[in-house]
Amino acid sequence: MAKFNLNINNRNYSVEAEPNMPLLWVLRDKLGLTGTKYACGEGICGSCTVHIDGNAERSCVLSVKDVEGSSITTIEGLAENPDHPIFKTWIDLEVSQCGYCQPGQIMTLAAMLNKSSSKEEIEREMSTVLCRCGTYHRIRKAVDKLVEEK
Amino acid sequence: MKKKHTRREFIKVVSVSGGGFILATYIPFNNLLAKAGDDPKIFSPSVYLKIDSNGLVTVIVHRSEMGQGVKTALPMLIAEELEVEWEKIVIEQADADSKYGSQSTGGSTSVRRNWEPLRVAGATAREMLLIAAANKWKVDKSDCFAENGFIVNKKTNQKFSYGELVEDASKLPVPQNVKLKDPKDFKIIGKRIHRVDTPEKIYGKAKFGIDVVIPGMFYAALSRCPSFGGKVKSFKADKAKSLPGVIDVVQISNGVAVIADSTWNAFNGRDALEIDWDFGPNASVSTEDIRNEMIKHLDEEGSLFENRGNINSKIEGEKFVEAVYEVPFMAHAPMEPMNCVAKYENGKIELWAPTQNPQNAKSEVAKALGISEDNVTVHVTLMGGGFGRRLVSDFAIEAAEISKASGKAVKLTWTRKEDMKFGFYRPPSMHVLKGSVSSEGRPIKFYHHVIAPSIRQMRFDKNLTAEKSEIKEGTVDLEYQIPNLKITGTLIPTHVPISWWRAVYNSQNPFAVESFIDELAFAAGKDPYQFRKEMLPDDSRLKNVLNIAAAKSGWGTRLAKGKGRGIAISAGYESYCAQVAEVSVVDNKLKVEKFTAVIDCGVVVNPDIVEQQLEGAIAFALSAAMKGEITIKNGGVVQSNFDDFEILTYDEMPVVEVHIVQNNFKVGGVGEVGIAACAPALCNAIFAATGKRIRRLPVRLS
Repeated sequence: MAKFNLNINNRNYSVEAEPNMPLLWVLRDKLGLTGTKYACGEGICGSCTVHIDGNAERSCVLSVKDVEGSSITTIEGLAENPDHPIFKTWIDLEVSQCGYCQPGQIMTLAAMLNKSSSKEEIEREMSTVLCRCGTYHRIRKAVDKLVEEK
Repeated sequence: MKKKHTRREFIKVVSVSGGGFILATYIPFNNLLAKAGDDPKIFSPSVYLKIDSNGLVTVIVHRSEMGQGVKTALPMLIAEELEVEWEKIVIEQADADSKYGSQSTGGSTSVRRNWEPLRVAGATAREMLLIAAANKWKVDKSDCFAENGFIVNKKTNQKFSYGELVEDASKLPVPQNVKLKDPKDFKIIGKRIHRVDTPEKIYGKAKFGIDVVIPGMFYAALSRCPSFGGKVKSFKADKAKSLPGVIDVVQISNGVAVIADSTWNAFNGRDALEIDWDFGPNASVSTEDIRNEMIKHLDEEGSLFENRGNINSKIEGEKFVEAVYEVPFMAHAPMEPMNCVAKYENGKIELWAPTQNPQNAKSEVAKALGISEDNVTVHVTLMGGGFGRRLVSDFAIEAAEISKASGKAVKLTWTRKEDMKFGFYRPPSMHVLKGSVSSEGRPIKFYHHVIAPSIRQMRFDKNLTAEKSEIKEGTVDLEYQIPNLKITGTLIPTHVPISWWRAVYNSQNPFAVESFIDELAFAAGKDPYQFRKEMLPDDSRLKNVLNIAAAKSGWGTRLAKGKGRGIAISAGYESYCAQVAEVSVVDNKLKVEKFTAVIDCGVVVNPDIVEQQLEGAIAFALSAAMKGEITIKNGGVVQSNFDDFEILTYDEMPVVEVHIVQNNFKVGGVGEVGIAACAPALCNAIFAATGKRIRRLPVRLS
């Protein structure tokens, strides 16, 4: 067990954890930030996506020791502004069904929109975030709307 | 809006299309409702709702929310009859309790089975409030009416809020046979009311089962035998116990559990267990053995399900077609892996379970622990998908046994690998189809022999026969008017745990049937839409959705080379569906461009949720048709994650256009009927594009 100083959602946290513990489990089990979801544990599905220094990264394959000193944003951080255009669009279009993958979908898209990624880049990235309920059709509508509004 | 309502933590901000914002509050667990200092009188004429003297209306949802929208749709039924503003309702999730009637959330039943009881519950409460007000004013109740949470005196325009009437209404006898509203007066039913669970889900605030934390809780992981039917011979826990955070190791009926201070440490501890397994009697079984078991029966007749005319008669000039269809085992793979929180103390247990079947979890846990059901409390959490997987209570039993054995409150979390490998799978099946058409292109004969394991036989009744089993679902009572028809079935055993998967046998039989109907159409030289249409009676609701699907999809219009359209229909759950798939195949690469889906589900409660369910069903069924399959080796499942059990991705999702038939027929189910027509529509489109007939799923083009 070692102590790590993490900056999450612009707050400083000091946590004790095994150095190899994935950030996902630090967020969920140590800090109670359960909006970041566990689904595959191998970086395949994207449900656990957070922002590390503005980049969308999969917290299930990132060791806590490697994110010390980084600026980490979770879905709870993004939701500090509930009027964020992504949330408004997601509600308007009723994108979510079971909702479990949605934080990962939203965090992935938010990073791309912040960086003004191209449509092709967004297409590629969003295609790596899995949804079992099949909300893709509405995610696409939301993405198109948000890209257009930007 | 958020600031205004900070008093409640679980506020929902939702909007109705074309209108302003509407608020609905949702409280996940009963105990959170109590507020310090409040001691309101409660009026609760039904188990499904209560109104307190502050005017707070609480609707209790007794079915499980797994993404299908019951937490919104069911309260809409009550709110409609109660004449209360949607935004004033608080929605509460029910614990497992027989007082609610069935809580089993499967079979597309939640809305259609509760359509009447919940409206009656709302109407009864409204009637009692009305009588209470009439009594206070000393007028006839016909001089009063209910509106927006008030009873209004028609003559004087005086009003009582529901809250003011709670005490008086509570003293009244519960009236029988209350009058329900005329559908033309519906204000809520039929509207695109926004889902109450969306905001908390997208803000990351929703509590799924996996997110539950209770005081003093530890984290557990379980090691199970890789071969189904195996068990622990012996184990060594020294290595596991030496790892960081590992607190305890206990053996339970289904394996060896590690308890730790975090999920991650529990996973690592579990991986370090040294277990000597008795792999059991099925340790050498593979997919091929199970396929061979089905193949063995291909030339047999099977038990008779349905028979008309004579399929053995000789008819001049008839043209024969024959084919064998096949679908594999399939996993549910909901995004949230199985999990459960359990706290055993002094002979009682409390569970927080993402379960579609809370009453079953309650009874199964009681049985497993040898305690009475009264000593089992099951709180139902949100679910990250269900699709039938969470109808089985295995994960709740495991958590309960671990808590009892360790004496600790635990959250058991399955890894994705375990979720893949230790599921209850959609059974495989093979289908022998034979048929003929006349020289004029009319159908003459249709024979279908389905060979599959029966879920009911494998799990509940070893003596169940094929003709009494559910494998006939989707094979019999076809509306097609074919003069000579014979439907048969054969049950095969399997050691692989099988269970209900979204649409169950309707995810299998209609694939074979609707693909083969296409083969007959081709043999008849007929357009597949026209061929179907001519076989359906005029007053058929299926024919209606078929016609609409053809019209809306541009059926018959020219498509570029390499593109094709396929059509298929399905009926079930008191609903009817037609789908047209449009695909392109370039260099053997399949792209599903578009699905046009038409559903007739009778009265529509919430069109937006119906559309969601159709879009979702198509994605779910396409995953099964195009991507993953579960295979067996050494008695266990080969696949372990979304890399070897692939599901549809964003870029692979077609455009989906949903059309809902407007009528006032009895309300039908919408979660599963959209599954059935998808695979055959897809494969019929592939045939139209390439001339290649797909008879085995998942689709392999090369």
